[in-house]
Amino acid sequence: MTDQRSQAEIVRKSLKRRYRTERRFRLYGILAIFIALASLFILFADIISKGHTGFVKTTITLEVTLDSGMMYLDDPTDKDQWSSADFKAPIIAALQAQVPEAASAAEKRELGRFLGTFADSEIRDLLTKNPELLNTTQTIEFPAHDRVSVYVKHADNPRYSIKLSEQQQRWVDELLQKGIIDTSFNDVLFSRGDSREPANAGVLGAIVGSLLTMLVTLAISFPVGISAAVYLEEFAPQNKLTDFIEVNINNLAAVPSIIFGLLGLAVFINLFGMPRSVPVVGGLVLALMTLPTIIISSRAAIKSVPPSIREAAEGVGASKMQVVLHHVVPLAMPGMLTGSIIGMAQALGETAPLLLIGMVAFIVDVPDGLFSSATVLPVQIYLWASSSEQGFVELASAAIMVLLTFMIIMNALAIWLRKRLERRW
Amino acid sequence: MTKLYKALTTVTLAGAIAALSAPAMARDTISIVGSSTVYPFATVVAERFGRNTDFATPKIESTGSGGGLKLFCQGVGTQHPDITNASRRMKKSEFDMCQANGVKEITEVRIGADGIVMANSKEAEKLDLSLKQIFLALAKDVPNPDGSNELVANPYMNWNEIDSSLPDIAISVMGPPPTSGTRDAFVELAMESGCKQFPMIAQMEDDNEDKFKTVCQSMREDGPFIEAGENDNLIVQRLAQDPETLGIFGYSFLMENTGQIQAATVNGVEPTPEAISSDQYPVARSLWFYVKKAHVGVVPGIQEYISEFTSEGTWGDNGYLVDVGLIPSPRNERMKIAKAVKELAPMTGNEL
Repeated sequence: MTDQRSQAEIVRKSLKRRYRTERRFRLYGILAIFIALASLFILFADIISKGHTGFVKTTITLEVTLDSGMMYLDDPTDKDQWSSADFKAPIIAALQAQVPEAASAAEKRELGRFLGTFADSEIRDLLTKNPELLNTTQTIEFPAHDRVSVYVKHADNPRYSIKLSEQQQRWVDELLQKGIIDTSFNDVLFSRGDSREPANAGVLGAIVGSLLTMLVTLAISFPVGISAAVYLEEFAPQNKLTDFIEVNINNLAAVPSIIFGLLGLAVFINLFGMPRSVPVVGGLVLALMTLPTIIISSRAAIKSVPPSIREAAEGVGASKMQVVLHHVVPLAMPGMLTGSIIGMAQALGETAPLLLIGMVAFIVDVPDGLFSSATVLPVQIYLWASSSEQGFVELASAAIMVLLTFMIIMNALAIWLRKRLERRW
Repeated sequence: MTKLYKALTTVTLAGAIAALSAPAMARDTISIVGSSTVYPFATVVAERFGRNTDFATPKIESTGSGGGLKLFCQGVGTQHPDITNASRRMKKSEFDMCQANGVKEITEVRIGADGIVMANSKEAEKLDLSLKQIFLALAKDVPNPDGSNELVANPYMNWNEIDSSLPDIAISVMGPPPTSGTRDAFVELAMESGCKQFPMIAQMEDDNEDKFKTVCQSMREDGPFIEAGENDNLIVQRLAQDPETLGIFGYSFLMENTGQIQAATVNGVEPTPEAISSDQYPVARSLWFYVKKAHVGVVPGIQEYISEFTSEGTWGDNGYLVDVGLIPSPRNERMKIAKAVKELAPMTGNEL
């Protein structure tokens, strides 16, 4: 009796302390979540604050008189005349009409520097396509040069240094008031490939490259991964060899991705003689990288199919193959798909293995097939982040937002598939 | 379910066919590899070339000079690059490797020069440094200041401890990380040249080359030398905020930011385009690219790309590459190179 009472007393005495420990433990948990959320928030806030201006472009809209005398051009379709023609002259004349103050030759040249590098090519392309426009007046929108764009968007941001003289700033202000220089949604970002000039640079090339690469990755890693998982789980005999294979697959999942790049370089490029920088090789390398993830998650999904299903199927006389293909695989499919999508999302964000197979490159043309040179989104971000032009800072952050959007869509798809297809027992 | 399996099989087959039918494909895009220092110039030329001609825009990989030459010399055939950029001249060993792999005819093009500057804020005192002083300020181990014949860990913390003519401020220099080509060039051109001026270390070059390299190429790690990221823009911003700090970067960044920063003179020479292109400024290097003659005519546009690169509007005194920071070669040399390039004059190997 006395013993029991004293025990109850001990319990009562320690109760307060135990509750306290529990509260503390919960607090740690909440703190951990808070830290994770806070860093995520800081990351997003930083990217969005830097990158939102990347979705805005600065343009100069001018009424350009395409005067043949001014351009020294009689026939725009005659390529021989291109090299001697001055396609920039009418643009500068139109700009100068808006800034009458800039009269001297040097000042006019300064004005010309407000325009992006390819303003004259735009006039040339326009005239080559529509020769009848020669000697007419057209309203044309030109991308503004990086210097102007930085001034218009970031005049009071100390992180950017303004590279326009005070006189030039005054001219830009004047043109802004007249509505000649204006900002609008940056459609260039989604309609062009890379460029050395921020005003002409877009992520379309990288997005297409990423999609092509992912297509190859999916086409190879999904069927191979699932076949391997099904065989290992359902058919393989339990012996030393399968144990060895299993250990190795788990090991492969932890191998640094750059190793797969080295492998790709040695096998696909040097041995098979495939070209560098193409989505096929990139996709093959990333497929190798995603395989272990898919195999492991698919095996887990197959394992979670209850034995009763198998037994029932066998009971009505189904063969082993019928059991697997008609009952086990369909039921495990949601888990397999989830694993594959997560593996693909990982592959989408990968740059290291692509470095070695030449996909970290300056590629302007949007790829048009599995064998044309391409780069991928994360590589594009890396290339822009290390460029010296100030306009690429915001473009890099904008591209990060695009990449994150793709990631969120893929992960949401994985969750949706699981929710929709999953069966509970 | 059968539909799904059919789809899966089709996709797998398509993948397999695509994977196997790759080799020996003709290529219509020029493939360029090589130096990250030449990359910003080559990309500008390539983009213009793609925009203004009917040829596809060349693809440019930034692999570093050594990596580029290795890829370039692997052989003839469209799976190998056509052109490689380099921020140093091809080595004899690399030329031999090319020859051994069947890359017989190579045309060499010197495109201009690039200087590396040490700069600080315009609000601070303009410095005049010698290569020897730069070495003493930034090396990990330096000859003992008491004159004895041994190396000690770098004891200098203030500039005036190195030489009384220098200001009494703490040594604080921001520079590029080891992965950068600018860092390689700085170490080779500034540190090593300063290093060799000490007789005891110069002696080492003959006796123990490995040791010589370690001594001359190790940057100090005790604080005064700060490794900044690859982003030279950040270094420039830091310099503007902190007048006591110096920064090491390429001449193009000095040119872009002349309103905020000034360059130190090295051995009394101001880093001007003239001084850099004539090799008077000691921390300057030439930039090159190499063309595989066997590919000219096989991959379309190589000849046209080279003539675009070597036209006066591109690499001349008022060419567009000057706007991105290239320092042009003197005009008569440019003309000579342009002429040789037109004929695709191959290297003999003796010039190296």
